[in-house]
Amino acid sequence: MTRPNFRRLRQIALCCAAAFSLAAQAQLSIEVTGAGANRIPVTIADFGGEAGVSRALTSVIRGDLERSGMFKLVDQAQSPLTEASTVDFGAARSRGADAVAVGSIGAMADSRYESRFRLFDTAKQSQLAGAAFVTGTPQLRAAGHRIADVIYEKLTGEPGVFSTRIAYVVKAGVGRFELQIADADGQNAQAALISKEPIISPAWSPDGGRLAYVSFENKKPVVYVHSLATGKRIVAANFKGSNSAPTWSPDGRKLAVVLTKDGGSQLFTVNADGSGVQRLTSSGAIDTEPQFSRDGQHIYFTSDRGGSPQIYRIGAGGGEVQRVTFEGSYNVTPRLSPDGKSMAFITRGNGGFRLAVMDLASRQVQVLTDSYKDESPSFAPNGRMILIATEIGGRGVLSAVSVDGRIKQRLSVAAGDVREPAWGPYQK
Amino acid sequence: MKKLIVPALLALLIAGCGSSPDTGAEQSGAPVEGRDGVKTVTTDGVSGVKLPPELTDPKSILSKRSVYFDYDKFEIKPEHKDLVAAHAKFLVNNRQFKMLIQGNTDERGSREYNIALGQKRADAVKKALVLLGAREDQVESVSLGEEKPSCVDQSEACWAKNRRGDMLYSGEF
Repeated sequence: MTRPNFRRLRQIALCCAAAFSLAAQAQLSIEVTGAGANRIPVTIADFGGEAGVSRALTSVIRGDLERSGMFKLVDQAQSPLTEASTVDFGAARSRGADAVAVGSIGAMADSRYESRFRLFDTAKQSQLAGAAFVTGTPQLRAAGHRIADVIYEKLTGEPGVFSTRIAYVVKAGVGRFELQIADADGQNAQAALISKEPIISPAWSPDGGRLAYVSFENKKPVVYVHSLATGKRIVAANFKGSNSAPTWSPDGRKLAVVLTKDGGSQLFTVNADGSGVQRLTSSGAIDTEPQFSRDGQHIYFTSDRGGSPQIYRIGAGGGEVQRVTFEGSYNVTPRLSPDGKSMAFITRGNGGFRLAVMDLASRQVQVLTDSYKDESPSFAPNGRMILIATEIGGRGVLSAVSVDGRIKQRLSVAAGDVREPAWGPYQK
Repeated sequence: MKKLIVPALLALLIAGCGSSPDTGAEQSGAPVEGRDGVKTVTTDGVSGVKLPPELTDPKSILSKRSVYFDYDKFEIKPEHKDLVAAHAKFLVNNRQFKMLIQGNTDERGSREYNIALGQKRADAVKKALVLLGAREDQVESVSLGEEKPSCVDQSEACWAKNRRGDMLYSGEF
């Protein structure tokens, strides 16, 4: 990873990142309900080039940065500024901007667009980054997300997640369920699966090309692996009884699943093509919601073997079981952070189900929300935000919460319940 | 006015101007992969067939298919024993029929954990049927968790209706 050279800014960049922006045709609309305490003041200049196209590009960049809660957008002193312009650093500085991004967009001979930009430190009057991205017209937003990712990383020291995708399920009325894939800003939503029956537990393959999920289209839960580009679906687990809770091994070869074929809900592993099923746990209790540790060595899961649902962990090949959560009578849905150091989960307390994070080394737990119906946590690939499903006014919405609880964003669909979010990996 | 820009020249300009030694993200004209290709799949589900009247006639006890459970409980209550016994008898007398038992929960808690809780309810119904003579391979117990509520208000009366096991016969699943 590139080390940031913007030290002073990095010092004040205490809080967290995010990745949502708003636009007119959004199926998901986003509302930011909090922001970091120390936002980095930055100017994104009006870029040069054909006016409509460059405005579209800069609005994506500005939207990404602003809604992350990490940046304060400062109006520019000059306009427009291309990557070849001479930047008046004094003027930018006097408006309070610590950094200025300039650039342009131009059509290429093959009718694709090239988006170019540079990012400057206004104090040092030096360049922090410069890049160019080539996209077709429909993917213009993708170039904006890439530029926002570079700016984010240079100014905060953490990789940006504006170019990633999210999956979620929309209940669009009685008997209509859609598994949708959208850009991290909620734009460009596309249905991967439309079904009359529920769909739950989508899980991204580590390469971001496939989703494992549970579909009830056959009147019972069956685990599928769905290739997004082709729409090809493989039945990964359809044994007698229920098949549910798929999760990928870090190498993308195996799934851990919950099967009831031998009695009770127990953990099994299966190859991603549905072959080679192996039993992992043998308890008389409920064992469910498996998730591999980031090193692939362990599987965290929910079990009521101690009387109430708590989180445990077992070796990926079986073996000794260790209890992980002890406080409270209902701790479920373990999800490991990308660095493997912390675990998000849902805890019941004061009559509500709330998002909590445990530092795995110290076992310290922090409850991040005061909701009553949080579900299905999912880390952003840079580990800064956790996407959850929650309910507001009886309607399902998604919420992104920073790992310190300071930044909260809400995503809702105008007509329908949104649930079962899963934040996808970095695009390779 | 349309400006003609030579991308290669610009890429060179950008690369040449990099004053910072660690601009690792610097690239010239890196193609951004088109990843818009999500192909939509639509599923049709299962369509039913006609059942014998004794399973559907409202006057027949066999038209009743639901067994209700108390909160956090998985035992069949005394008031449902006659219904389960009647279905067991039908399965014994009609070995060609198969049954799918769908366990359900109320909406509180984790969806996947509720799948496991609903499974315990379906398993309880299956166990009772098998004890009364139904063949093991005639009956499959599965769970729908909280996904198929019969009542959607947030009240105890409504939740009680959702804590149930439903018995479906061949042709209904």
